[in-house]
Amino acid sequence: MAGDGAKAAAVSPSPGLPHRAWVEQIMGMPISVHVRGERALDDVVAAAVADLFDELREVEARFSPFREDSELCRLQRGEVELEHASDDMREVERLCRTALERTDGWFDAWHSRPDGLFDPTGLTKTWGVGRAARHLDSLPGLGYAIGAGGDVLLRPTSDGEPWLIGIEDPRDRSRVLATVPVSDGAVATSGTAARGAHIRDPRTGAAMTEVLAASVVGPSLLWADVFATAAIARGAQAVDWVSTLHGTSGLLVLADGSVHRWANPV
Amino acid sequence: MRRIVIAIASTITGLVLLFSWPTSLNRTTALAATPGGTGGAGTTTGTSGAHANGNGNGSGKSTSSGSSGTSSGSGSGSGTATGTKTYTGATAQTRYGPVTVQITVTGGKVSDVQATNYPNGSRTDQVINSYAIPQLNAEALQAGSANIAMVSGATFTSYGYLQSLQDALDQAHL
Repeated sequence: MAGDGAKAAAVSPSPGLPHRAWVEQIMGMPISVHVRGERALDDVVAAAVADLFDELREVEARFSPFREDSELCRLQRGEVELEHASDDMREVERLCRTALERTDGWFDAWHSRPDGLFDPTGLTKTWGVGRAARHLDSLPGLGYAIGAGGDVLLRPTSDGEPWLIGIEDPRDRSRVLATVPVSDGAVATSGTAARGAHIRDPRTGAAMTEVLAASVVGPSLLWADVFATAAIARGAQAVDWVSTLHGTSGLLVLADGSVHRWANPV
Repeated sequence: MRRIVIAIASTITGLVLLFSWPTSLNRTTALAATPGGTGGAGTTTGTSGAHANGNGNGSGKSTSSGSSGTSSGSGSGSGTATGTKTYTGATAQTRYGPVTVQITVTGGKVSDVQATNYPNGSRTDQVINSYAIPQLNAEALQAGSANIAMVSGATFTSYGYLQSLQDALDQAHL
């Protein structure tokens, strides 16, 4: 349940910094927030986490394709023009254009839906998490891990211990396929496992299945997410393409069961 | 001729440190390593700009910018059009430590670039790579026993969350 100030905080099972977690269901997915630091159990931290969740609810209200009154739906219906849309909507649209270029068209918000409507939701979640995390950034000395439906944002803890992040096996979600230590950055995973083949080749509209899952580790959650999504869309070519993603590491699980891993220099 | 080569060498020193660096984990094209290809010395390897700079979301990691200063050529000054000469560039200070680049010039064109004097005296990929390569687990892993804090996977749904690994990890610290 959501963090409750009156609830006794769990003591971390391992010696070291205090560690507390909260989870809420927003945007149809679990949002888990873990903090580690001397102040982890303070009320001010709980308040900041509550603000974080509130901001994510605002992101959902603005960008949900399932809410008729969301700004995205109004934009899609032509009730509002982009040039008169909110700053956030226009920022997200610009990011989608950058993502289109940076992925050579493989992340395409204009060709991700069969009906051809502009759909930025491939990056609005991770964009929103990066924004909402600022509520915790303002608290010095607090390391955190925010998991939003399988994409994770990390900030360093004061004891220098990296967060150990598990990567789910797309073929067996109860199993951790790999682990990666991250102090400061993000891990984003895209795949066909959870909801079926929902990532489409923007050129043909066909569902992609050659890459079951792509996990990208890098300094930016939003860009890790964009690159992971583009890797799925590229299919088997992604194995070569990921070598061009400077400053990232990650892995691809291919449909034949093989795993391709990489760690690129900056 | 010698001044042109030195100018190229110092440019390469800076650029090699900024861009693609061959690693044992993942071969990427080294800048200006192509024989007879000095045309590429001043440009990137055209990696479609896929550098995860982030847009306010990242930690803003900057690429290492080695200030190469002036190079000291160690070859002879004759610089014949067909000879092979090796020049040692100035040691550049990168955020990983001092790195020295050695340029081989054949027939007036850069034919090889080697980094010597690696940080800590040996080639440490972990230092130069920003993020660790994910480690595969040989056996099925119980999340709790390995100090995993969080799991990344293709989108978790609220429906699938219950009794998931992440649920267990969260419950331990609520």
